[in-house]
Amino acid sequence: MSPATGPRAEGAPGPRILGVPGYEERAFEEFLRPGDLLVVNDAATLPASLFARFRGARLELRFVSPPEGRTARVLLFGAGDYHTRTEDRPAPPVLRPGDRLELRTSMARVTHVDPQFLRLLTVELDAPALQVAYAEGHPVQYAYIERPLDLWDVQTPLAGRPWAVEAPSASYMTSLPALRRLRAQGVSIATLTHAAGLSSTGDARLDAALPLAERYELPLATVAAVNLARTEGRRIVALGTTVARALEGNALRGGGQLEAGRFETDLRLGAASPLRVVSAIYTGVHEEGVSHFGLLEAFRPAGDLRHALEESERRGFLTHEFGDGWFVEAAAREVLPA
Amino acid sequence: MMGSMEERTMKRVLITGGSQGLGLSLARSFGKREAKVVVVARDAERLEASVRGLRKEGLDVQGIAFDVGSKEDIHRIAAMAEELAGPIDTLVHNASTLGPLPMPELSSLSCEAFQAVLETNLLGPFRLTKALLGSMALRPESSPTVLFVSSDAATSAYPGWGAYGVSKAAADHLMRSFAAEVPEVRFLSVDPGEMDTAMHRDAIPDADPATLARPDAVAEAIVGQVLPKAATGSRRLALGDA
Repeated sequence: MSPATGPRAEGAPGPRILGVPGYEERAFEEFLRPGDLLVVNDAATLPASLFARFRGARLELRFVSPPEGRTARVLLFGAGDYHTRTEDRPAPPVLRPGDRLELRTSMARVTHVDPQFLRLLTVELDAPALQVAYAEGHPVQYAYIERPLDLWDVQTPLAGRPWAVEAPSASYMTSLPALRRLRAQGVSIATLTHAAGLSSTGDARLDAALPLAERYELPLATVAAVNLARTEGRRIVALGTTVARALEGNALRGGGQLEAGRFETDLRLGAASPLRVVSAIYTGVHEEGVSHFGLLEAFRPAGDLRHALEESERRGFLTHEFGDGWFVEAAAREVLPA
Repeated sequence: MMGSMEERTMKRVLITGGSQGLGLSLARSFGKREAKVVVVARDAERLEASVRGLRKEGLDVQGIAFDVGSKEDIHRIAAMAEELAGPIDTLVHNASTLGPLPMPELSSLSCEAFQAVLETNLLGPFRLTKALLGSMALRPESSPTVLFVSSDAATSAYPGWGAYGVSKAAADHLMRSFAAEVPEVRFLSVDPGEMDTAMHRDAIPDADPATLARPDAVAEAIVGQVLPKAATGSRRLALGDA
């Protein structure tokens, strides 16, 4: 399959969506029915890629999570930029605590180097790190995108707080008018904020460990809506993998019960994961073998997903964040008392 | 029916053009009602001084220095405001520019100057509304509101006020159009009347200040009287129409 090489042009039709199972194409709204609860991620995407100089070398930092004050957790990339595939980028130098990187508007002092992944650093900036990012950063992007992305290209129609370092791209499938029509048809909508992280690092060992722990916030109103839907046996549909991770991660920590508040989850959904909350998921199309495929195995057996890939390929679906999507219904669901 | 002030949240407020005049007074009025307020203004120094003053009054106000008239700044404004205050429930489009001073007749106004007025007074509010709209519409329980500060010049034509008047008339209609399309969010505009502000002095240097309203009084009327009651799509006068 080919990747979508950039944001959709003005007026172009939205992403195509394949139902799994069923393997038929429908419009976004047509996969839902009265009574469903659709949960969305309203994170905005921050300009999480910053260039840095270290002893004459030009490096790139990518925030792996939203910064806290002056502190940011970053992944270091060697020379070059997004034009080079991450796996082909030269390795960056190994830094030590105390090393200082020169950004355009701030210095970044290394305070911690991850013992397992030496490219994963904690840095301390001279100013609030979010402010520095908005002053000089660019959206994280990959080699298959043809032009430099602007900040508005990576905002979904639901964007609010700047927590995501890559766009929670399933939200590109929807729009305010679509959500309004769904509400009128008896679908309820609830929101959470999940700090979508990096999807690829170019380092096979680190990629295998993705996603790293991600911050999310679950509002009280959403907990109430989910609990009511569970009690009444209605479907809970996640718009994007980040929503599924937040809901399932939260249920896991509460032994099946949801708790409102701000948390982190390092949950990696996979074939063996029970689904406690989510009955179906809208998600982008990705090739087999990436962590995303593994996540979907929590919903359907690998055979179904492979069939969906074949079907997507046959139909000319496009992959990646600006590409097409699937609506995947869970094969079975662990029903726990709410 | 619209809720009362107590029922409406107005807890997280973003005000553009908040370092002086009506914007500063609005920041005070919202702050006094225990809102978290973020004000955006171009002049970082004046903004900092104004914010420091409001914080000394015990109010939860923070400033961010950006230009509403710059397309590049819009997502910076939206993101920093959401980060500093949390999901914004009240957005006040107060920043505006008169254009060149003294205000020339349209026959002497450059196309570029006209365009600059529209960028700040019309396209800026459109872009910023759009940037925050999804998050606001997802939170109907917070009674999200977008308020456009309008002007008498939006409804009456005066020599020299062409570009500004056109921008304000268009912004009023932008407000009505949003109201027609997006029922999840309330859209209003308010004409504050003639106030004793730097902008008024720029426009009419020889006006007698005694005949002009105090911005603090106008802001109190807007936040205390107009905002709790006005229906979406409506244009109100700050004083004498509450």
